[in-house]
Amino acid sequence: MIIEHPLLGPRDAAEFTYLGDARLIDRPDWQSETAAKDFFEYGYLRDNPAGWHQELWFHEAGDRSWLVITRNTITHEISKVELARDVARSRGRSK
Amino acid sequence: MRYSGFKVLKEALTGHKGWTPAWRDPEPQAHYDIVIIGGGGHGLATAYYLAKEFQQKRIAVLEKGWIGGGNVGRNTTIIRSNYLLDGNEPFYEFSLKLWEGLEQDFNYNAMISQRGILNLIHSDAQRDAFVRRGNAMLLNGADAELLTTAQIKERYPFLNTEDARFPIKGGLAQHRGGTVRHDAVAWGYARGADSRGVDIIQNCEVTGFRIENGKCLGVETSRGFIGAGKVGCAVAGSSGRLMAKAEMRLPIESHVLQAFVSEGLKPVLPGVITFGAGHFYCSQSDKGGLVFGGDIDGYNSYAQRGNLPVVEDVCEGGMAIFPAFGRARLLRMWGGIMDMSMDGSPIIDKTHIDGLYFNGGWCYGGFKATPASGFCFAHLLARDTPHPTATAYRFDRFEKGLMIDEKGMGNQPNLH
Repeated sequence: MIIEHPLLGPRDAAEFTYLGDARLIDRPDWQSETAAKDFFEYGYLRDNPAGWHQELWFHEAGDRSWLVITRNTITHEISKVELARDVARSRGRSK
Repeated sequence: MRYSGFKVLKEALTGHKGWTPAWRDPEPQAHYDIVIIGGGGHGLATAYYLAKEFQQKRIAVLEKGWIGGGNVGRNTTIIRSNYLLDGNEPFYEFSLKLWEGLEQDFNYNAMISQRGILNLIHSDAQRDAFVRRGNAMLLNGADAELLTTAQIKERYPFLNTEDARFPIKGGLAQHRGGTVRHDAVAWGYARGADSRGVDIIQNCEVTGFRIENGKCLGVETSRGFIGAGKVGCAVAGSSGRLMAKAEMRLPIESHVLQAFVSEGLKPVLPGVITFGAGHFYCSQSDKGGLVFGGDIDGYNSYAQRGNLPVVEDVCEGGMAIFPAFGRARLLRMWGGIMDMSMDGSPIIDKTHIDGLYFNGGWCYGGFKATPASGFCFAHLLARDTPHPTATAYRFDRFEKGLMIDEKGMGNQPNLH
């Protein structure tokens, strides 16, 4: 697979390590009443779709940025690559 | 029809006119007591043991394609019970014992060959870990033998024990491990189940579950609604896809694992050997092909094919330990989809929906588990209690912190 890095252009997927579902950005609130259940679901349950999947990749052998990649799990086709920083900010996380 | 040497001889003398199909091709009925989704090794074994050991009647196995077309036909055929943890080792040893009697039990030649498995040791720390594992195996009634470098030299003279980068410091052997003709496992279980009245319905895809008031009443399929007292799902690889139809999210990701086979060679490799300094395992099939594999690709996939970086990585591992195999040409390579669970261990449990049962999360260790998985799932379906060797394979172990994590990797499925 070739990943179109938003800053560096096309890069071999072998330069990256894979974390998983991009919902891992949405860390639950630890002060919530339901925090124990929320963190169980956050840590252990996955949608695991056959088709389009948003996922976190880390450019370990490159610029060490985290990316959110929209990829089809049936064809391995990549339709969108974003910096995870931008995605997290757009969801109101971090500063 | 019972298969025997006498039967082969008789048919040879009478023009082979007496052979009949090994299983029927029945039309689905409107209702069954138990419906198994998935006509792979685990689903067919479940149906077989339900009928044979638990005296259940009116059972159907639903398969979206043809039986044995998924992971039971796509693995590297290795059987072993060399696990460490209490939740796993008794189960896999139970499985290995079932393998040992399987051909007589279901009257089918599955070419079970206990040619042994050897895990190589390359460092002192690895020796400590394998000594511990071997002791755990012995405590659970399995066989294990720690081999010295001298013993390895004598038994496997083609291995270079003095390599400067990866010297061989010893090995953990399980002599009862080995290989099996994988397709014959599916066919043997199918034939055994069919002859006991199980309907094996191929080309029948489950498109949904009919669930009312928290109870599963049956399944919607491409061939109409089929009612069921109980529904058992055994579709590892596609578990996420199937259980989403029951609105369940699982502690599982689907990943692709590649496997490889070389051209046929004269006998060169006795038994199964695993390289301890990388992830590489290899055996030689009875046809002569070197069957080998390594790591999963590492990203979610349902594609049944992988990518080249892992091909390179696996072949590098192979060249490091068996440089002579570099002269062999690759004949075929393929990918299978694994249910990678959050702790690397499987699940055989009821779901929160009444009448809906789940078997999955086998990671890339499902083939060796086939007999025990079928037996334990049949036990759960028939008696509503887990089999004594499968009590740890619960859904709620993640919530309760009772993980069975052989490699200690945590909730990162692609690292198990």
